[in-house]
Parts: sequence; structure tokens; C-alpha cells
Amino acid sequence: MVPVTVVFTRESVPLDDQEKLPFTVVHEREIPLKYKMKIKCRFQKAYRRALDHEEEALSSGSMQEAEAMLDEPQEQAEGSLTMYVISEHSSLLPQDMMSYIGPKRTAVVRGIMHREAFNIIGRRIVQVAQAMSLTEDVLAAALADHLPEDKWSAEKRRPLKSSLGYEITFSLLNPDPKSHDVHWDIEGAVRRYVQPFLNALSAAGNFSVDSQILYYAVLGVNPRFDSASSSYYLDMHNLPHVINPVESRLGSSAASLYPVLNFLLYVPELAHSPLYIQDKDGAPVATNAFHSPRWGGIMVYNVDSKTYNASVLPVRVEVDMVRVMEVFLAQLRLLFGIAQPQVPPKCLLSGPKSEGLMTWELDRLLWARSVENLATATTTLTSLAQLLGKISNIVIKDDVASEVYRAVAAVQKSAEELASGHLASAFVASQEAVTSSELAFFDPSLLHLLYFPDDQKFAIYIPLFLPMAVPILLSLVKIFLETRKSWKKPQKTD
Amino acid sequence: MAAAIPLSLLVLLLLGPGGWCLAEHPRDSLREELVITPLPSGDVAATFQFRTRWDSELQREGVSHYRLFPKALGQLISKYSLRELHLSFTQGFWRTRYWGPPFLQAPSGAELWVWFQDTVTDVDKSWKELSNVLSGIFCASLNFIDSTNTVTPTASFKPLGLANDTDHYFLRYAVLPREVVCTENLTPWKKLLPCSSKAGLSVLLKADRLFHTSYHSQAVHIRPVCRNARCTSISWELRQTLSVVFDAFITGQGKKDWSLFRMFSRTLTEPCPLASESRVYVDITNYNQDNETLEVHPSPTTTYQDVILGTRKTYAIYDLLDSAMINNSRNLNIQLKWKRPPENGYIHYQPAQDRLQPHLLEMLIQLPANSVTKVSIQFERALLKWTEYTPDPNHGFYVSPSVLSALVPSMVAAKPVDWEESPLFNSLFPVSDGSNYFVRLYTEPLLVNLPTPDFSMPYNVICLTCTVVAVCYGSFYNLLTRTFHIEEPRTGGLAKRLANLIRRARGVPLL
Repeated sequence: MVPVTVVFTRESVPLDDQEKLPFTVVHEREIPLKYKMKIKCRFQKAYRRALDHEEEALSSGSMQEAEAMLDEPQEQAEGSLTMYVISEHSSLLPQDMMSYIGPKRTAVVRGIMHREAFNIIGRRIVQVAQAMSLTEDVLAAALADHLPEDKWSAEKRRPLKSSLGYEITFSLLNPDPKSHDVHWDIEGAVRRYVQPFLNALSAAGNFSVDSQILYYAVLGVNPRFDSASSSYYLDMHNLPHVINPVESRLGSSAASLYPVLNFLLYVPELAHSPLYIQDKDGAPVATNAFHSPRWGGIMVYNVDSKTYNASVLPVRVEVDMVRVMEVFLAQLRLLFGIAQPQVPPKCLLSGPKSEGLMTWELDRLLWARSVENLATATTTLTSLAQLLGKISNIVIKDDVASEVYRAVAAVQKSAEELASGHLASAFVASQEAVTSSELAFFDPSLLHLLYFPDDQKFAIYIPLFLPMAVPILLSLVKIFLETRKSWKKPQKTD
Repeated sequence: MAAAIPLSLLVLLLLGPGGWCLAEHPRDSLREELVITPLPSGDVAATFQFRTRWDSELQREGVSHYRLFPKALGQLISKYSLRELHLSFTQGFWRTRYWGPPFLQAPSGAELWVWFQDTVTDVDKSWKELSNVLSGIFCASLNFIDSTNTVTPTASFKPLGLANDTDHYFLRYAVLPREVVCTENLTPWKKLLPCSSKAGLSVLLKADRLFHTSYHSQAVHIRPVCRNARCTSISWELRQTLSVVFDAFITGQGKKDWSLFRMFSRTLTEPCPLASESRVYVDITNYNQDNETLEVHPSPTTTYQDVILGTRKTYAIYDLLDSAMINNSRNLNIQLKWKRPPENGYIHYQPAQDRLQPHLLEMLIQLPANSVTKVSIQFERALLKWTEYTPDPNHGFYVSPSVLSALVPSMVAAKPVDWEESPLFNSLFPVSDGSNYFVRLYTEPLLVNLPTPDFSMPYNVICLTCTVVAVCYGSFYNLLTRTFHIEEPRTGGLAKRLANLIRRARGVPLL
């Protein structure tokens, strides 16, 4: 459930409609995912009149001032939205735009002086609210592992699986240290660019950042020479083969349990400079980078040919961290699945904040993660139950049983919190559900009596019981024959 | 799946506060060295050492930046609060009697000993997790380390680096003698090196030659050291050492001439650009026994003399970073040649390979007069598979007899004879001159009685069990469930007639 607060200013709707304020309207929508599975999305809109400071803020000249004045009073709860309805002729928005979505959880919609004002405005509000919260593609991407493969899910790129934390590693690959002496100010770049972004994302998990420099690490693919531009290029079809040879040297996750995201910066060797990545049309990619879902990204940094003029090898190369971090942060957003929302027509999207993450984008991520966690937890518990049904040999200890109970309780709590709109507690409960269900399913004590196949049981017990059973069977046969004889005898004599 | 991203969509405003400042990151340096030591028995020992020194106090926050120091080990130090770590994998045993004292010895198998920092609360839990993580990094079965093979020595394993106090509660030591060292332990060890077997001394580390040796030991040592003479700050030192001993007979086919190519099947081409020092030391202290002198080629330009392990030794230095050394020849192949007076002894030995070839030992010896010479050789018979046993395994196994061929000086000088004219018993063996004659003697074959497995046990067990069960249980059951009733004796029957025959013969009344 998404709680939306709609604030009406004085001239946005006709007067008699304004008399009706405040009241609440609930709008429900069902999103079908697959056969028999649907997700119900409820928007609870609380309409009210604008307070004085809000009127003042919304009549100021530009959007930035309005936002600055609206910011101070409250900090909204996670998952909720606030929409301001301004008058039709207000100059706050450009003339042809009907709505505006701000960086924090606010939006502005143009009002209308019409008899059916509330209905029309209600529809516009729902459109904007949907863009800022759950939509089909977000849900489909989050549940990509659980839905069957069809053309819907095959097109979507899979975001990272939900986990308690992530480890991010930046690696500089220098395959030719004789020619290039590469230096990068990674500490400052992490502090200035990456850390604020991760601080904004901290509700979604724990993050740790590392960096390393690897020498003599080559890409597994030989680039081809393009004589037209006298440069080397990597074809789009070669890109999947690049990652595997490098992966063994990255030394990922030696000491941590969280999944690792690798971001590699590759400085091509002197013999293969400059190196470009070509997309499927044969044009070089503007950023010279590519990313692989659920793994990380690689960027190729070409050394400026002017630095070779001194012709003393190795040349000193200072990496331009701004360019590099732009690419890496954009790749990080894509890896997490924070993509561009589908904005309704005539809607203005505000520019990004300096951390690179808008607050309602974080909310979308948390919703998607909660749904994914719930799906994973229920799938795990269902598999455990099915396994117990098939193999009766498994022994469930007490602590495993208590983990299962905890997981079920957490799933129920998370579903309740989602329905009532408390996003933060729902997310925490869903994480707890996943952890408990995985602890129960992967407990090593489940496997103790598992490998005891049936034919071995026969081979052990038959030499013992067969000699015993033969006299018993023979006497049973004799008894049966005698009883039959004694039935027949009375009949005969009578 | 990979996809290129069009970055025309949102580009973040990256306005960082402040201007450009080149961060002062901790410096690290790499030194590599190889010491080649000819051993008194004709073998050659090679010891590699790669030392990375990292000038930083290891931060425990979430961000750490690595350059030459490998990230996997740095993360270990910060996560488990290590003060020192020593891990070694060894195959074989260093024979101090024949080879002299070693630089660094390690026990056969895997050995791990660790000093933790004082801030660690649960040392045993950290020790268990650390051994599991190390077993993943080095592809070894170190996860078998648990409380049954871990001890806390109180006197012998003091910290080798800087230490304020030594409370033995923070020390743990474990040895796994069963651990076998092989290529899959060498590969992750090589990956930790900055130049990673592409340049410098690490190109010599080829697994197929390094394991064809009689002693192979690789180790990782991490400890804190002083950064300067006054010891105002601490650096972390990582030493990776590898010692191998090439056997003259197995690798060298009996000849005592060694070169880098013979030993490692590679030569040195270029130095590692990341190393601040890259040298090869060859021990040229002359061995004066047996009047043998050692010649090293190419001739060294500099030498180093010092008292090492109690004796004064001289080393020839080959510096890879010295451009004159590499520019003269494309590659550096150090050769050791022993110059000796004409041989008075020759030994040819070919070791056995299971199911392929037997041992072969040939010796050319000069026996002193009026003496007794004893030659003994130890060998083992490999365990056979059950299909390889002969039908009469209890007879034993034969060892072929030894052959003794000798030119015996004769008392009386014989005249050379004409081949066709002399009798046949005189012309068996060709003789070049009359002063000695050729004789070939054989020893008795050896019959060795080895324990044989009992091939009939499974069948025995089944038969015995079934018989016992059938007989015991069957009769018991019959006693319990049969009812007895009187039956009129029947006349006739073959059994009665046979019984009567026997009774008539005995003179006993008939039935």
C-alpha cells in the first residue's frame, strides 16, 4: 500500500470541491504476473487543504525555491508520497508541462477548474504516483528468478539478487607495466563520489569498498585492427569472453560472505592502443565501457597518444577519475536495477541530486527487494516441505524447526507491513525471513542419514532374514493346506 | 550477458568539494631473489624469496587500497586481526647430513601457525574461520585443522616480527602431515605475486619441473617489521619462499652439470618492472673434497662474502635490473660446471616407475686390496591390485640376481691367441691384452615373502552367516512350532531293508 498525501492550494480546484476537503480515496490496481499470481497495489490518497507555509512556498517563482521552502518541516516516512496540486495557470511549471516529479518524495500536479475536477486530478495523481512507485517492470525484474522464462522476462536485464550486503571492488588492470606507469587517486574518488551514493543506499544493505591494482592481467580476447581509424576494437560478440580469464586473478570474496561487484578499469597495452568497444552497428561506444548483469562493469581507458612524445618508457599516466567514476556510478545504478521510470506524458523529471540517487528511487528499490525476499523465502520453505515429503529419511532438529517458525512469522509480518504501507519495517522483516529460511534449508544436519540407498538395505538384510523366513513360509503353507482340508472334511462327512 | 550502456541518460552531477589532491597512498616495494646452492652430494638447491613490504598501518575501516600487496591476504589481516601468519606446504624431507643446513626448513605436509592481536576476543573461533578461508585461498585441505590437531606452544614459537608482549593465549599452531603438495597449491601461491609468472624471477616457476624434485617447500610469511632504523612506524612484510632440491639422478640423469634451463626449463629474460631489486646469488664457495672445483658461466661481475649459518661463504651476484646483464644476451642462463680430475667412480641410477620400469643401479668401483666392500640398496615393493596377484601368491616374489662384471688381473701374462685355432673354452670373452681377464659373476636370486591378502573372506562371511542362521534358527523354530503326534509304523521301505541288511551282518535282532 502506498500512502499518498494530496495537498490542494487555493486556486487549484473549484470552490465547491474545496468544501469537501479533507477526505480519503483508495485506488486499487492488480498487476498480473503469471497464471494465478497477481500483486495488488493500493494507493491510499488523503486529500487535504494546503497549510499557509505551503501556499507561500508554492507561489514562489521557481521550482528550486519552492522545494527549498517545502523541505524543512517534515521528513516523510519511507514509501509515502506527497503531491501538491497547484492552480491551472500557475507559473511554477513551464506552460506545457502538467506535472513535475521532484528528487525527494514530492511531486507537483496542475489542477483544473472543472466540475469533475477531483476525478480528473485523481487520475493524474495516480499516474504520477505509479511512476514513482511500483510498476510492472520493476516487479518483473525483481521476480525474474521466480517467474518462468517467457518473452517478458527475457528482455529485462536481471538486477542483483537481494542480499544483506555487497562488497564493491575497483580494480585497475595494467597488462603492460613496462610501457605504462599508471596512477589513480582511488581513495579520493571513492570518498568524493562513491561513498555519498552508498550512504544514500545504506537502507538496502551493508556496503564495503576495496580497490587493487593488478599487473600483467590480460583480457582473454585479441582485439582486431580497424585500418579506417587505425585503432583496435572489440566486437560486441567478443565481450562475454573477456571476463572469465580476468576473474581468476581478481581475488574476489576471500574473506567476506557478501556477493562481490567488480568494476575494472583496463589500460590497454602499447601494442593494442587505442582500443574501442563497438556496438552491434559497428560504431564505437561513447563511454568505452560495458557491464555484465550480476557481475560488474569494465571500462577501457585509452592513454592519450600525446603523452608518448617523450618516448621514454614507461610513461606516467594519471587517470581522470571524474570520467571513470561517472561511468562506474551509472553502471552501479543499472546493476541495482534503478532504471529510468516510465514517466507519464507531459511530465517533467527533476535533475538528479548530487549523490546520484533520488529518494523515491530508493523506495522503489526497497519495494522490489521486499517482494523478491518474500518470494525467495516462500520458495525455500516450500522446497523444504516438498523435500521432506519425498525423502522420509531426513531428521529435523529443534533449532532447524525454530528457524522455520521464525521464517514463517517474518513472512507474515512483512506482508502485513507492506499492506499497511510501512516500507522500512517490511523490508527488515523480509530480510529476516530470507535469512531464517536459508538457515533452515541449508543446515548440514539435514544430510546425515540421507545416503542410505534401498538396494544396500536389501543386500545387508537378505542373507540374514531369508534363511529365517523359509521355514516360516513353509509352515504357513502347511497350515493353510490343513485348514482347507479341515473345512472340506466336515462337508464330506455330512 | 554484456551490454554497452548509452550514457545519454542521466549523467550525475559530480561536483566534488575541494580541488585535486594527489592522495598520499602507502608505498609498497617488492624485492625478489634466487639463491642457487650446489650441495655436497651433487644435487642443487634453489631458494626463491619474494618480499613485499607495505608501508601502512592496516586500517580496519571498510575501504582498503592494495597495489603490490595481494588483496586476499590484506583482507585476511584486517578481518581476523592477525599479527603474524606463517603457512608452509612441504613435500619431502631436508637431509641435513647430506645437504648441509637449510636456510628455512619446514615440516613435511602443511604447517600453520598464527599470532593474533590482543584485541581478538574468541581466538579459537577466529582460528577455525581463518583456517577455512586459507584452505579456500590455497586450494588445500586446511579445513581439517580443528582442536584435535591445534596446540598453543609456550616456548618455541615466539613472534618473528615486532611484538610488544607475548601472551601465548594468542598463538595457535597446527600441522597436517598428511597434506600432499601439488600443482593446485602452487598456482594460487603464484597468483599472489605482483608480476605473476610473466616477468622477473617468477617465470622460472614451472610446476612440472618444480615437483620433479626430492624436496619442495613453499611458504607464506606475514609479519610486521620496523619501517626504519629508529622503528617509529610499522610496515607489513609478506615473504613468499620456495625451496627445491634437484636430485642429480632423477633430474640430472647422473651428470652434475647444472644450468637454469636444465633445472627449470626456462631462462631469465627480463626483470619485473615493479621490483626494486631482482637478483640471483650463486654459492661459489669451493668444495675442496674430491679435488673438484666449481666453474660458473657467465662469469660474475660482483661477489658477496659473508658468514652464513656459521660458515664463511662466497656468493656470485647476477643483478637482473642491471641493464648490462640482460642486454648482452637475450636471456640469462646461469651454468654450473664441475671440473674434476679423471673419474675413478661412475654411478648410473635409474629409479623405478610403478608398473613401467624397474630400478637399475650400475656402479663402477675400484676395490682396494685386502678389503671387504659391502653394497646395499633399499627398495620397496608397491602394493598390488587384487587382479595383479599370481595364482600362487604365497610362494613369494623374486628379485633378480645382481651381476658383477670384472677385469681381474692375472698372475701370469697370457699370450694373445689366435681366435679360430684355440679351443672353445679359451675364446669365450674377448681380451685386449694378456694382463687381465674378464669374468662375470651372478648372485643368487632373492625370494621375498610378502603378506598376501586373503581372497576368500567375503565368501566365507556370507556362507558362515547363512549357515549359522539357517541351522540355529531353523531348528529352534521347528521346536517351537511343530506339534508331535504318534504315527503307526509303516512296513517296508528301502531304508528298513538296508537297515536289516546291516543288522544281519552285525548279528543283532532285525527290525
